[in-house]
Amino acid sequence: MTSDLLRLATAGSVDDGKSTLIGRLLYDSKAIFVDQYEAVERVSTQRGDDYVDLALLTDGLRAEREQGITIDVAYRYFATPKRKFIIADTPGHPQYTRNMVTGASTADAALILIDARKGMTEQSRRHSFLATLLGVRHLVVCINKMDLVDFSEQVYDTIVQEFSEFASRLKVGDLEFIPISALQGDNVVTRSSRTPWYDGASLLYHLEHLHIASDRNLTDVRFPVQYVIRPQSAKARDYRGYAGTVAGGVIKVGDPLIALPSGFSTTVSEIDTPMGPVQEAFPPMSVVLRLADEIDVSRGDMLVRPNNPVAGQQDLDLRVCWMDESSALTPGRMLHVKHTTVWARVKVREVLYRVDINTLHRDESADRLALNEIGRVRLRCTRPLFMDEYAQNRVTGSVILVDEVTNRTVGAGFLS
Amino acid sequence: MTGYALSQPRALEAESIHIIREVAAEMQRPCLLFSGGKDSVVMSVLARKAFEPGRIPFPFMHVDTGLNFAEVIAFRDWWLDQLEVQLVVASVEDAIERGLVREEPNGSRNRIQTPVLLDAAETHRFDALFGGARRDEEKSRAKERVFSFRDEFGQWDPKNQRPELWSLYNGRVNPGESIRVFPLSNWTELDTWAYIAEERIPLPNLYYAQERDVVRRDGMLYAVNEFVPAIDGEQVLRRKVRYRTMGDANLTAAVESEADTNEAIVAEIATARLTERGATRGDDRVSEAAMEDRKKEGYF
Repeated sequence: MTSDLLRLATAGSVDDGKSTLIGRLLYDSKAIFVDQYEAVERVSTQRGDDYVDLALLTDGLRAEREQGITIDVAYRYFATPKRKFIIADTPGHPQYTRNMVTGASTADAALILIDARKGMTEQSRRHSFLATLLGVRHLVVCINKMDLVDFSEQVYDTIVQEFSEFASRLKVGDLEFIPISALQGDNVVTRSSRTPWYDGASLLYHLEHLHIASDRNLTDVRFPVQYVIRPQSAKARDYRGYAGTVAGGVIKVGDPLIALPSGFSTTVSEIDTPMGPVQEAFPPMSVVLRLADEIDVSRGDMLVRPNNPVAGQQDLDLRVCWMDESSALTPGRMLHVKHTTVWARVKVREVLYRVDINTLHRDESADRLALNEIGRVRLRCTRPLFMDEYAQNRVTGSVILVDEVTNRTVGAGFLS
Repeated sequence: MTGYALSQPRALEAESIHIIREVAAEMQRPCLLFSGGKDSVVMSVLARKAFEPGRIPFPFMHVDTGLNFAEVIAFRDWWLDQLEVQLVVASVEDAIERGLVREEPNGSRNRIQTPVLLDAAETHRFDALFGGARRDEEKSRAKERVFSFRDEFGQWDPKNQRPELWSLYNGRVNPGESIRVFPLSNWTELDTWAYIAEERIPLPNLYYAQERDVVRRDGMLYAVNEFVPAIDGEQVLRRKVRYRTMGDANLTAAVESEADTNEAIVAEIATARLTERGATRGDDRVSEAAMEDRKKEGYF
């Protein structure tokens, strides 16, 4: 019970070998079962491939196998004695940038793949930018297909240098480079003897030892109330508890809290969890807080420490990624918005600028955001939202935007 | 600050409970699909934990193909009594009598469950159905959202799914539309068993190895019972077997095993080299895209 969970997003161009790398990680860590492997082997043989195409392990939809591309985010799982890994495998194809944003939104680390023969591409820049924009603290850059450049140190160094220069313009917390061959397994699970000039760890070793515990906000108490538990039964008649997931900080029994937006104050009398009562709760625990006073608290309220509140804002100035192919984000448009456990509505006031995600240039003449475009937008909300800076807290710093007619999720926004 | 790290089983548990509460808070008429299989039992335990000391605030539904193992039905009734939840049974046999669906020539009721499920969901106006599916089970499931939107025909459109970011789930639907919700999306078979062992969760005894009468068919071992009589030329063998999945009795095969406790099963799964579906399910052997095709039509 001591292993922890690492969420990983992968990104790469269509031919960078991303699916192959994931297939390799799963296969070499024995997360692939014999029947899955045999099915893939059978298809590879039928197609006349020279080797077993591990990409077939991850391309789950018929259309993906037929076209040899990855269409949608796929989630993959493998575990070592140290960690369980959840991989959000996101397509590299340009028209699917929204999937990269989706995968990166929950990731602790991002794997960026670069084809050693091609060097950095627009897509590697784009994916690195999106990952860091979405608050992914650890970037692991795999320079792949080293077998096709004779494991050349010079090729590797050139790419590392080029990438480092680009990354200096991004907010990267932790950057690592690894020369690999996903197809042949070099430096994926074990160190390769074919890269004697590389003195770093294998990819898997690196992922097992990434330090992510300090990435969560344990300072600012944030508890969005999700559900009020008030049993109408004889055995628990007087029970009243506030269920939710701790979004930030460490909440202890006896702590003073205030409810937002009402400002009513109280103290924590008990903390119930799936494992029974505890003295303190921290992210991402799902708990039930019992309060010393009978104050009016309901879903959508946020409990915080009195000396560390968060301001409610009706005028929101957010980074927005637009994800809808059938419409654009334009001034005047009304949208549903969800922040923590709150639904409200927003009116689009103004598009301040659009970012060119390849050059990072800001286009201030932009007046709209189309599919897969990112920019800064001013919104007016029907009620105050208690948003933190996204860099401080990914849970309280983010919103989704939802179309009022189709109910589709059309945008992702965060405060920065 | 390293003391404030949640172990991975507890992180999965917390995520699932968050999802279940989110549905109870936002959807009008949720319902939990319960088969008596281990995943739905684990899901029911998480639902209970999500609302303790209150009761689970939604009913359960069982799509009864009429081909269930008797032990599973007995377990279902006993367990739901413990949980004090209301059970809706959607019966495939009734639906055949009513003319809603027709028996398929191969005797499998796997595919015709889907219209029965959709019909019952419409009758009861359920707008959210919890399912115990896990993404590690099958390739097309790996692509599915936690909140999976279904149109008025219950159809899943894998190329047109709602983006799902952070833990901000979007359950908004228009009348007639619905969502399927998969709280166990990020669990693996091993996670499920480790949790069953840790929490001492009761399960149908078919999951535990014991000596049973079986026949060998298509390379798999099927227990001899009212749905699977031994046919001419088949030899009835006495083997120590258990079930890894709980599908229809005529389609679900057993595996040879010595594992008769939760701990032994955890050890067995940790070294298993076949997927649970590949090892035991005749229904998934139809084609590479068998599951994807059924899911598009509204299957679990």
